[in-house]
Amino acid sequence: MIFYLTLILSCQLAGEVIVKAVGLPLPGPVLGMVILFCGLMLRGLPAGLSRVGDALLGNLSLLFVPAGVGVMLHAGLLGREWLPLAVALVLSTLITVAVTGLVMARLSRGGADD
Amino acid sequence: MTEGMRDVWVYLAREPLVHLTLTLAAFQLGSWIYRRGGMNPLLNPVLIAVALTVGGLVLTGTSYDAYFEGAQFVHFLLGPATVALAIPLYRQVEKVRRSALALGASIVAGALAASASAVGIAWSLGASRDALISVAPKSVTAPVAMGITESLGGLPSLTAVLVILTGIVGAMLGPWVLTLVGVRDWRARGLAIGTASHGIGTARALQVNEVAGAFAGLAMGLNALATALLLPLLARIFL
Repeated sequence: MIFYLTLILSCQLAGEVIVKAVGLPLPGPVLGMVILFCGLMLRGLPAGLSRVGDALLGNLSLLFVPAGVGVMLHAGLLGREWLPLAVALVLSTLITVAVTGLVMARLSRGGADD
Repeated sequence: MTEGMRDVWVYLAREPLVHLTLTLAAFQLGSWIYRRGGMNPLLNPVLIAVALTVGGLVLTGTSYDAYFEGAQFVHFLLGPATVALAIPLYRQVEKVRRSALALGASIVAGALAASASAVGIAWSLGASRDALISVAPKSVTAPVAMGITESLGGLPSLTAVLVILTGIVGAMLGPWVLTLVGVRDWRARGLAIGTASHGIGTARALQVNEVAGAFAGLAMGLNALATALLLPLLARIFL
Protein backbone atom coordinates (compact mmCIF):
# COMPACT_ATOMS: atom_id res chain seq x y z
CA MET A 1 0.00 0.00 0.00
CA ILE A 2 2.77 2.45 0.93
CA PHE A 3 4.48 1.53 -2.33
CA TYR A 4 1.47 2.57 -4.41
CA LEU A 5 0.88 5.71 -2.36
CA THR A 6 4.52 6.60 -3.01
CA LEU A 7 3.94 5.95 -6.71
CA ILE A 8 0.93 8.30 -6.80
CA LEU A 9 2.81 11.03 -4.89
CA SER A 10 5.81 10.57 -7.21
CA CYS A 11 3.57 11.12 -10.26
CA GLN A 12 2.22 14.29 -8.63
CA LEU A 13 5.72 15.49 -7.74
CA ALA A 14 6.97 14.79 -11.27
CA GLY A 15 3.95 16.68 -12.64
CA GLU A 16 4.55 19.68 -10.36
CA VAL A 17 8.29 19.81 -11.17
CA ILE A 18 7.78 19.55 -14.95
CA VAL A 19 5.01 22.18 -14.91
CA LYS A 20 7.25 24.60 -12.98
CA ALA A 21 10.38 23.84 -14.97
CA VAL A 22 8.80 24.10 -18.43
CA GLY A 23 6.31 26.81 -17.45
CA LEU A 24 3.26 24.82 -18.60
CA PRO A 25 -0.07 26.56 -17.88
CA LEU A 26 -1.45 23.30 -16.41
CA PRO A 27 -2.09 22.15 -12.82
CA GLY A 28 0.77 19.85 -11.71
CA PRO A 29 -1.54 17.06 -10.48
CA VAL A 30 -3.25 16.95 -13.91
CA LEU A 31 0.11 16.26 -15.55
CA GLY A 32 0.66 13.70 -12.78
CA MET A 33 -2.61 12.06 -13.83
CA VAL A 34 -1.41 11.92 -17.44
CA ILE A 35 1.89 10.36 -16.33
CA LEU A 36 0.10 7.71 -14.27
CA PHE A 37 -2.35 7.06 -17.12
CA CYS A 38 0.52 6.46 -19.58
CA GLY A 39 2.09 4.08 -17.08
CA LEU A 40 -1.20 2.16 -16.79
CA MET A 41 -1.54 1.90 -20.58
CA LEU A 42 1.99 0.47 -20.78
CA ARG A 43 2.01 -1.82 -17.74
CA GLY A 44 -1.63 -2.48 -16.79
CA LEU A 45 -3.29 -1.82 -13.43
CA PRO A 46 -1.88 -3.65 -10.36
CA ALA A 47 -4.49 -4.70 -7.78
CA GLY A 48 -2.69 -2.80 -5.00
CA LEU A 49 -2.79 0.48 -6.93
CA SER A 50 -6.45 -0.13 -7.68
CA ARG A 51 -7.15 -0.38 -3.92
CA VAL A 52 -5.18 2.76 -3.00
CA GLY A 53 -6.87 4.70 -5.81
CA ASP A 54 -10.33 3.57 -4.76
CA ALA A 55 -9.59 4.58 -1.15
CA LEU A 56 -8.57 8.08 -2.30
CA LEU A 57 -11.47 8.50 -4.72
CA GLY A 58 -14.10 6.81 -2.54
CA ASN A 59 -14.44 9.97 -0.45
CA LEU A 60 -13.42 12.47 -3.10
CA SER A 61 -16.18 14.92 -2.31
CA LEU A 62 -14.99 15.33 1.30
CA LEU A 63 -11.75 16.77 -0.08
CA PHE A 64 -13.51 19.82 -1.59
CA VAL A 65 -14.90 20.97 1.75
CA PRO A 66 -11.89 22.99 3.02
CA ALA A 67 -11.61 24.81 -0.32
CA GLY A 68 -15.37 25.31 -0.54
CA VAL A 69 -15.39 26.93 2.91
CA GLY A 70 -13.03 29.51 1.41
CA VAL A 71 -16.08 30.97 -0.31
CA MET A 72 -16.61 32.90 2.95
CA LEU A 73 -13.70 35.09 1.82
CA HIS A 74 -15.62 36.05 -1.31
CA ALA A 75 -18.98 36.98 0.19
CA GLY A 76 -18.56 40.49 -1.25
CA LEU A 77 -17.92 39.28 -4.80
CA LEU A 78 -20.84 36.85 -4.60
CA GLY A 79 -23.13 39.56 -3.28
CA ARG A 80 -22.23 41.85 -6.19
CA GLU A 81 -22.04 39.28 -8.98
CA TRP A 82 -24.46 36.52 -8.08
CA LEU A 83 -26.74 37.33 -11.01
CA PRO A 84 -24.24 37.02 -13.91
CA LEU A 85 -22.73 33.95 -12.23
CA ALA A 86 -26.09 32.24 -11.68
CA VAL A 87 -27.33 32.91 -15.24
CA ALA A 88 -23.99 31.82 -16.77
CA LEU A 89 -23.93 28.68 -14.66
CA VAL A 90 -27.43 27.46 -15.49
CA LEU A 91 -27.51 28.40 -19.20
CA SER A 92 -23.97 27.22 -19.89
CA THR A 93 -24.62 23.85 -18.23
CA LEU A 94 -27.74 23.28 -20.35
CA ILE A 95 -25.86 24.34 -23.53
CA THR A 96 -22.98 21.96 -22.69
CA VAL A 97 -25.34 19.01 -22.15
CA ALA A 98 -27.10 19.67 -25.45
CA VAL A 99 -23.92 20.21 -27.52
CA THR A 100 -22.10 17.15 -26.14
CA GLY A 101 -25.16 14.89 -26.45
CA LEU A 102 -25.97 15.98 -30.02
CA VAL A 103 -22.38 15.65 -31.29
CA MET A 104 -22.03 12.18 -29.74
CA ALA A 105 -25.43 11.04 -31.05
CA ARG A 106 -24.53 12.18 -34.60
CA LEU A 107 -21.04 10.66 -34.62
CA SER A 108 -21.96 7.29 -33.09
CA ARG A 109 -25.16 6.70 -35.04
CA GLY A 110 -26.03 3.06 -35.68
CA GLY A 111 -25.06 1.98 -32.19
CA ALA A 112 -26.98 1.02 -29.07
CA ASP A 113 -30.62 1.93 -29.61
CA ASP A 114 -31.05 3.86 -32.86
CA MET B 1 -17.44 30.77 29.87
CA THR B 2 -15.65 29.85 33.11
CA GLU B 3 -11.91 30.39 33.55
CA GLY B 4 -11.18 26.66 33.12
CA MET B 5 -13.33 26.35 30.02
CA ARG B 6 -11.61 29.36 28.49
CA ASP B 7 -8.19 27.79 29.06
CA VAL B 8 -9.34 24.61 27.33
CA TRP B 9 -10.76 26.63 24.44
CA VAL B 10 -7.58 28.70 24.02
CA TYR B 11 -5.57 25.48 23.96
CA LEU B 12 -7.84 23.77 21.43
CA ALA B 13 -8.11 26.81 19.18
CA ARG B 14 -4.34 26.62 18.56
CA GLU B 15 -4.53 22.99 17.54
CA PRO B 16 -5.39 21.81 14.01
CA LEU B 17 -7.47 19.02 15.57
CA VAL B 18 -10.59 21.12 16.14
CA HIS B 19 -10.98 22.29 12.57
CA LEU B 20 -10.03 18.93 11.10
CA THR B 21 -12.74 17.31 13.24
CA LEU B 22 -15.22 20.05 12.35
CA THR B 23 -14.61 19.41 8.62
CA LEU B 24 -15.14 15.66 8.91
CA ALA B 25 -18.16 16.00 11.21
CA ALA B 26 -19.84 18.56 8.92
CA PHE B 27 -19.31 16.23 5.97
CA GLN B 28 -20.70 13.26 7.90
CA LEU B 29 -23.79 15.25 8.74
CA GLY B 30 -24.12 16.41 5.11
CA SER B 31 -23.83 12.81 3.87
CA TRP B 32 -26.44 11.67 6.38
CA ILE B 33 -28.91 14.35 5.26
CA TYR B 34 -28.23 13.47 1.60
CA ARG B 35 -28.97 9.76 2.20
CA ARG B 36 -32.05 10.51 4.28
CA GLY B 37 -33.31 12.76 1.47
CA GLY B 38 -33.18 9.92 -1.09
CA MET B 39 -29.90 11.23 -2.64
CA ASN B 40 -31.67 14.26 -4.06
CA PRO B 41 -29.01 16.35 -5.92
CA LEU B 42 -30.25 19.48 -4.13
CA LEU B 43 -29.08 18.00 -0.82
CA ASN B 44 -25.47 17.77 -2.02
CA PRO B 45 -23.33 16.73 1.00
CA VAL B 46 -20.44 19.08 0.12
CA LEU B 47 -22.78 22.05 -0.12
CA ILE B 48 -24.34 21.20 3.26
CA ALA B 49 -20.90 20.65 4.85
CA VAL B 50 -19.63 23.97 3.49
CA ALA B 51 -22.72 25.83 4.73
CA LEU B 52 -22.49 24.27 8.21
CA THR B 53 -18.76 24.94 8.49
CA VAL B 54 -19.03 28.55 7.31
CA GLY B 55 -21.89 29.03 9.78
CA GLY B 56 -19.79 27.60 12.62
CA LEU B 57 -16.77 29.76 11.77
CA VAL B 58 -18.82 32.95 11.48
CA LEU B 59 -20.60 32.26 14.80
CA THR B 60 -17.32 31.65 16.66
CA GLY B 61 -15.55 34.53 14.89
CA THR B 62 -12.88 32.20 13.48
CA SER B 63 -10.89 33.35 10.44
CA TYR B 64 -10.52 31.18 7.36
CA ASP B 65 -6.73 31.09 7.87
CA ALA B 66 -7.16 29.66 11.37
CA TYR B 67 -9.64 27.09 10.03
CA PHE B 68 -7.32 26.11 7.21
CA GLU B 69 -4.51 25.25 9.68
CA GLY B 70 -6.55 22.17 10.49
CA ALA B 71 -8.40 21.62 7.24
CA GLN B 72 -5.21 21.63 5.14
CA PHE B 73 -4.65 17.95 5.93
CA VAL B 74 -7.84 17.10 4.05
CA HIS B 75 -7.15 19.68 1.35
CA PHE B 76 -3.70 18.24 0.65
CA LEU B 77 -5.24 14.95 -0.50
CA LEU B 78 -6.82 16.69 -3.52
CA GLY B 79 -3.50 16.46 -5.40
CA PRO B 80 -3.00 12.68 -5.02
CA ALA B 81 -6.74 12.16 -5.67
CA THR B 82 -6.42 14.06 -8.96
CA VAL B 83 -3.52 11.80 -9.98
CA ALA B 84 -5.60 8.76 -8.99
CA LEU B 85 -8.35 9.81 -11.44
CA ALA B 86 -6.13 8.09 -14.04
CA ILE B 87 -7.33 4.75 -12.59
CA PRO B 88 -11.09 4.96 -13.39
CA LEU B 89 -10.16 6.59 -16.69
CA TYR B 90 -7.96 3.61 -17.56
CA ARG B 91 -10.68 1.12 -16.56
CA GLN B 92 -13.23 2.80 -18.83
CA VAL B 93 -10.90 3.41 -21.75
CA GLU B 94 -10.55 -0.37 -22.07
CA LYS B 95 -14.34 -0.68 -22.20
CA VAL B 96 -15.09 1.95 -24.83
CA ARG B 97 -12.05 1.98 -27.08
CA ARG B 98 -14.18 1.36 -30.20
CA SER B 99 -15.94 4.72 -30.18
CA ALA B 100 -12.76 6.68 -29.36
CA LEU B 101 -13.06 9.18 -32.21
CA ALA B 102 -16.70 10.06 -31.54
CA LEU B 103 -15.92 10.32 -27.82
CA GLY B 104 -12.94 12.61 -28.32
CA ALA B 105 -14.79 14.94 -30.69
CA SER B 106 -17.89 15.16 -28.47
CA ILE B 107 -15.88 15.87 -25.34
CA VAL B 108 -13.73 18.55 -26.97
CA ALA B 109 -16.93 20.15 -28.34
CA GLY B 110 -18.48 19.95 -24.86
CA ALA B 111 -15.39 21.32 -23.12
CA LEU B 112 -15.28 24.31 -25.49
CA ALA B 113 -19.04 24.91 -25.21
CA ALA B 114 -18.86 24.77 -21.40
CA SER B 115 -16.05 27.29 -20.96
CA ALA B 116 -16.97 29.60 -23.84
CA SER B 117 -20.66 29.85 -22.95
CA ALA B 118 -19.99 30.32 -19.22
CA VAL B 119 -17.42 33.08 -19.79
CA GLY B 120 -19.41 34.66 -22.62
CA ILE B 121 -22.68 34.86 -20.68
CA ALA B 122 -21.05 36.06 -17.44
CA TRP B 123 -19.03 38.67 -19.39
CA SER B 124 -22.08 39.98 -21.23
CA LEU B 125 -23.81 40.45 -17.86
CA GLY B 126 -20.86 42.44 -16.50
CA ALA B 127 -18.98 39.94 -14.34
CA SER B 128 -15.49 40.88 -13.11
CA ARG B 129 -12.27 39.26 -14.35
CA ASP B 130 -11.93 37.23 -11.12
CA ALA B 131 -15.45 35.86 -11.56
CA LEU B 132 -14.87 35.08 -15.27
CA ILE B 133 -11.71 33.05 -14.60
CA SER B 134 -13.35 31.27 -11.68
CA VAL B 135 -16.47 30.27 -13.65
CA ALA B 136 -14.59 29.12 -16.79
CA PRO B 137 -13.75 25.56 -15.61
CA LYS B 138 -17.11 25.06 -13.85
CA SER B 139 -17.96 21.80 -15.69
CA VAL B 140 -14.68 20.14 -14.69
CA THR B 141 -14.35 17.88 -11.65
CA ALA B 142 -13.53 20.03 -8.60
CA PRO B 143 -9.88 19.11 -7.89
CA VAL B 144 -8.86 19.77 -11.49
CA ALA B 145 -11.09 22.84 -11.86
CA MET B 146 -9.52 24.41 -8.76
CA GLY B 147 -6.05 23.68 -10.13
CA ILE B 148 -6.96 25.33 -13.44
CA THR B 149 -8.39 28.42 -11.73
CA GLU B 150 -5.31 28.70 -9.53
CA SER B 151 -2.91 28.49 -12.47
CA LEU B 152 -4.93 31.19 -14.30
CA GLY B 153 -4.94 33.52 -11.30
CA GLY B 154 -8.62 33.17 -10.30
CA LEU B 155 -10.25 32.23 -6.98
CA PRO B 156 -10.10 28.43 -6.44
CA SER B 157 -12.58 28.46 -3.54
CA LEU B 158 -15.17 30.30 -5.64
CA THR B 159 -14.57 27.71 -8.38
CA ALA B 160 -15.14 24.88 -5.90
CA VAL B 161 -18.61 26.19 -5.05
CA LEU B 162 -19.50 26.99 -8.70
CA VAL B 163 -18.41 23.48 -9.73
CA ILE B 164 -20.71 21.88 -7.16
CA LEU B 165 -23.65 24.07 -8.20
CA THR B 166 -22.99 23.18 -11.86
CA GLY B 167 -23.08 19.50 -10.94
CA ILE B 168 -26.44 19.93 -9.23
CA VAL B 169 -27.93 21.88 -12.16
CA GLY B 170 -26.66 19.33 -14.71
CA ALA B 171 -27.86 16.33 -12.71
CA MET B 172 -31.32 17.84 -12.26
CA LEU B 173 -31.95 19.46 -15.68
CA GLY B 174 -29.55 17.56 -17.97
CA PRO B 175 -31.84 14.55 -18.66
CA TRP B 176 -34.69 16.92 -19.50
CA VAL B 177 -32.53 18.89 -22.01
CA LEU B 178 -31.40 15.64 -23.68
CA THR B 179 -34.96 14.47 -24.13
CA LEU B 180 -35.89 17.92 -25.45
CA VAL B 181 -33.19 17.83 -28.19
CA GLY B 182 -33.99 14.19 -29.02
CA VAL B 183 -30.85 12.40 -27.74
CA ARG B 184 -31.98 8.91 -26.63
CA ASP B 185 -28.79 6.82 -26.97
CA TRP B 186 -27.60 5.94 -23.42
CA ARG B 187 -23.95 6.39 -24.41
CA ALA B 188 -24.57 9.94 -25.68
CA ARG B 189 -26.79 10.79 -22.69
CA GLY B 190 -24.16 9.60 -20.19
CA LEU B 191 -21.36 11.36 -22.04
CA ALA B 192 -23.28 14.65 -22.10
CA ILE B 193 -24.14 14.57 -18.39
CA GLY B 194 -20.58 13.61 -17.41
CA THR B 195 -19.01 16.34 -19.56
CA ALA B 196 -21.33 19.07 -18.30
CA SER B 197 -21.64 18.11 -14.65
CA HIS B 198 -18.68 15.86 -13.66
CA GLY B 199 -19.02 13.54 -10.63
CA ILE B 200 -22.41 14.75 -9.44
CA GLY B 201 -23.88 14.14 -12.91
CA THR B 202 -22.05 10.79 -13.12
CA ALA B 203 -23.57 9.65 -9.83
CA ARG B 204 -26.99 10.54 -11.20
CA ALA B 205 -26.36 8.77 -14.52
CA LEU B 206 -25.28 5.61 -12.66
CA GLN B 207 -28.61 5.55 -10.83
CA VAL B 208 -30.49 5.56 -14.15
CA ASN B 209 -28.47 3.30 -16.46
CA GLU B 210 -25.17 1.41 -16.19
CA VAL B 211 -23.97 2.25 -19.72
CA ALA B 212 -24.80 5.92 -19.19
CA GLY B 213 -22.88 5.80 -15.89
CA ALA B 214 -19.74 4.34 -17.48
CA PHE B 215 -19.79 6.92 -20.27
CA ALA B 216 -20.42 9.73 -17.78
CA GLY B 217 -17.41 8.70 -15.70
CA LEU B 218 -15.24 8.53 -18.78
CA ALA B 219 -16.48 11.94 -19.94
CA MET B 220 -15.69 13.44 -16.53
CA GLY B 221 -12.06 12.28 -16.75
CA LEU B 222 -11.55 13.25 -20.39
CA ASN B 223 -13.23 16.64 -19.99
CA ALA B 224 -10.90 17.39 -17.05
CA LEU B 225 -7.97 16.65 -19.31
CA ALA B 226 -9.37 18.52 -22.33
CA THR B 227 -10.24 21.64 -20.33
CA ALA B 228 -6.92 21.64 -18.45
CA LEU B 229 -5.12 21.63 -21.80
CA LEU B 230 -7.40 23.99 -23.77
CA LEU B 231 -8.45 26.62 -21.24
CA PRO B 232 -4.98 28.05 -20.47
CA LEU B 233 -4.40 28.46 -24.22
CA LEU B 234 -7.76 30.19 -24.75
CA ALA B 235 -7.18 32.37 -21.69
CA ARG B 236 -3.88 33.57 -23.15
CA ILE B 237 -5.67 34.65 -26.30
CA PHE B 238 -8.83 36.20 -24.81
CA LEU B 239 -8.13 37.40 -21.26
